[in-house]
Amino acid sequence: MIPIWVYAETAEGAPKPITLELLTKARALGEPVAIALGPGARQAADALGKYGASRVYVHEDPAFRDIVATPAVDLLAKLIEKDRPTLVLFGMTYEGRDVAARLSARLGAALIANATDVVEKDGSFAAVSPVFGGSLLVTTVARAKPPLLAMLRPKAITAEPATQPASPKVEVLTDPVDTDKPAARVLRREQQKAEGPRLEDAPVIVSGGRGLGAPENFKMLDELAAEIGGAVGASRAVVDAGWKPYAFQIGQTGKTVKPTVYIAVGISGAMQHTVGMKGAKTIIAINKDPEAPIFKLADLGVVGDVHKVVPQLIQEVRSRKRK
Amino acid sequence: MNVVVCVKQIPDPNSPGKLDPQTKRLVREGVDLVVDPGDEHAVEAGVQLIEKHGGEVTLISMGPPKAADVFRKPLAMGAHRGVLITDPALENADALSTARAIAAAIKDRSYDLVICGTESTDGSSGAVPAQLAEILGLPLLSFAKKLEVSDGKAVIDRQTDEGYDVVEAPLPAVVTVTGGINEARYPALRGIMQAKNKEVKQVSVKDLGLDGKVGKAALTQEVVDVVPAEARKAGEVVEDKGEGGKRIADFLQQLKVI
Ligand SMILES: Cc1cc2nc3c(=O)[nH]c(=O)nc-3n(C[C@H](O)[C@H](O)[C@H](O)COP(=O)(O)OP(=O)(O)OC[C@H]3O[C@@H](n4cnc5c(N)ncnc54)[C@H](O)[C@@H]3O)c2cc1C
Ligand SMILES: Nc1ncnc2c1ncn2[C@@H]1O[C@H](COP(=O)(O)O)[C@@H](O)[C@H]1O
Repeated sequence: MIPIWVYAETAEGAPKPITLELLTKARALGEPVAIALGPGARQAADALGKYGASRVYVHEDPAFRDIVATPAVDLLAKLIEKDRPTLVLFGMTYEGRDVAARLSARLGAALIANATDVVEKDGSFAAVSPVFGGSLLVTTVARAKPPLLAMLRPKAITAEPATQPASPKVEVLTDPVDTDKPAARVLRREQQKAEGPRLEDAPVIVSGGRGLGAPENFKMLDELAAEIGGAVGASRAVVDAGWKPYAFQIGQTGKTVKPTVYIAVGISGAMQHTVGMKGAKTIIAINKDPEAPIFKLADLGVVGDVHKVVPQLIQEVRSRKRK
Repeated sequence: MNVVVCVKQIPDPNSPGKLDPQTKRLVREGVDLVVDPGDEHAVEAGVQLIEKHGGEVTLISMGPPKAADVFRKPLAMGAHRGVLITDPALENADALSTARAIAAAIKDRSYDLVICGTESTDGSSGAVPAQLAEILGLPLLSFAKKLEVSDGKAVIDRQTDEGYDVVEAPLPAVVTVTGGINEARYPALRGIMQAKNKEVKQVSVKDLGLDGKVGKAALTQEVVDVVPAEARKAGEVVEDKGEGGKRIADFLQQLKVI
């Protein structure tokens, strides 16, 4: 089987969710080979095997954690030169984007961004990416010599463990890492703790738009989310207006989410927003405008005023939970 | 300090875009063209830096000849000059060719920082700045929501999923800025008047010594298919007659959320 490389992002000895998504895709296309870098990479190898990695390259130098992208690019370029894979998958994440783009310039390789799928095409690989808010899908093939570097959007693939989990062959690398050349170094990390589940992992998302009228009205959504075990999201209009930080933004230039239930409150449903949430299993919308485009994708739409509908909804949920 | 800012001209994002079914490229005819809104933040960041530290801002753009208009607003905001890379050979250039051309136009200038947007609004590959950094052999400070320069170093707050990282690099460096970094200023009348006398230069692929190394001659990838995406079906839409919240609660119960 053809080896498919996966740039395996890890954190504290465990693969990040995007890595498991990439492995799931890689398994469908060939034999996954994971490259895990930084402290804790070795510890992550077993979990990578559960998702189908048959081989794992690990290098535990702290430089991979403390210097942005360049040490990973140096090592990947060397490994690619040696093993000559035809396809390398990256996540469309802060880390994946810097590494993949830099690597493409180093190798002169094709780089496809924003992909939601990678498919076989004419004996080679092609990546599929949405454009114009997801209304069109374009398929792109490489014209440069391999490898093709493809960046997949988070949540585009549903991660599934392999039916026959393998004990991967772990290859521990000790190549020296050049830490002297000018580089972007991480001085410190600031974590902004949010209450409740992470937006990306939440089973239910209550998302607010400009129709809420004022930033303080997001409190209603916080309350509703707390009652139903959900997370709060936002449209770009309210992020741009400073009502919510960027981390809440859902859509083309924000996060892609795939909850079981997505409740859009006072959101018009612009393409750039819906591209980030239309993968939700069920969509509920509240909007006072019966013509709002969000109703075109909603499983249940309520034409009404958020200030009436949401408080009643919170009250109903509370009383039903008590029963 | 001297700053280079990369600005791209794009079809107005507020008017819907179209793909040419034949060439599978963006249709540029008949749509208003504007500076990419993301790049206005890059211009603002550059202008703020020279207001503080002195120096000049040079704008670089790659595009068709009429893309020279892209400089008008950034020059009025306080940038000093524009360099437009334009050449028929660059038509349909991919990200890597774009980065090569911009790198060639930058490399012999004296500069401390190159500032770009994180991703262009129309293409959205977000690849050009990292490729540019690699070609120039410079560190990349990406996804900056704050930028400060002192003692020959640049320090940014780099957006992450959990919050942000404080990241530092020696100058010269490439920086990409997010929309949250600043509020782009509206050019004052004085700035608009002054902009009229500022230098805008055009350079070709030959001027840059890139004959045969960019554009069609160096295509790394190609779009082979465009199809409409599958649309989601609409469900039930009800008007709130005082029961809207109840109706949603029923549905949530049915879905076993409550
Ligand atoms: C390149 C680009 C990228 C973008 N990326 C994103 C992105 O990632 N995410 C994103 O969300 N957007 C994005 N946008 C912006 C997007 O096009 C829309 O402008 C934005 O999603 C609108 O946000 P909104 O629905 O909150 O506001 P609006 O469009 O203003 O809609 C507000 C809605 O609230 C309704 N309303 C008003 N009052 C009430 C009330 N009292 N009760 C009930 N309903 C009410 C109105 O009927 C209206 O439908 C992007 C745009 C561009 C050009
Ligand atoms: N044709 C271009 N001319 C000038 N700058 C560009 C061009 N293309 C991309 N850039 C810069 O690179 C950033 C990211 O663009 P992209 O990689 O195309 O998503 C933009 O915000 C610009 O700063």
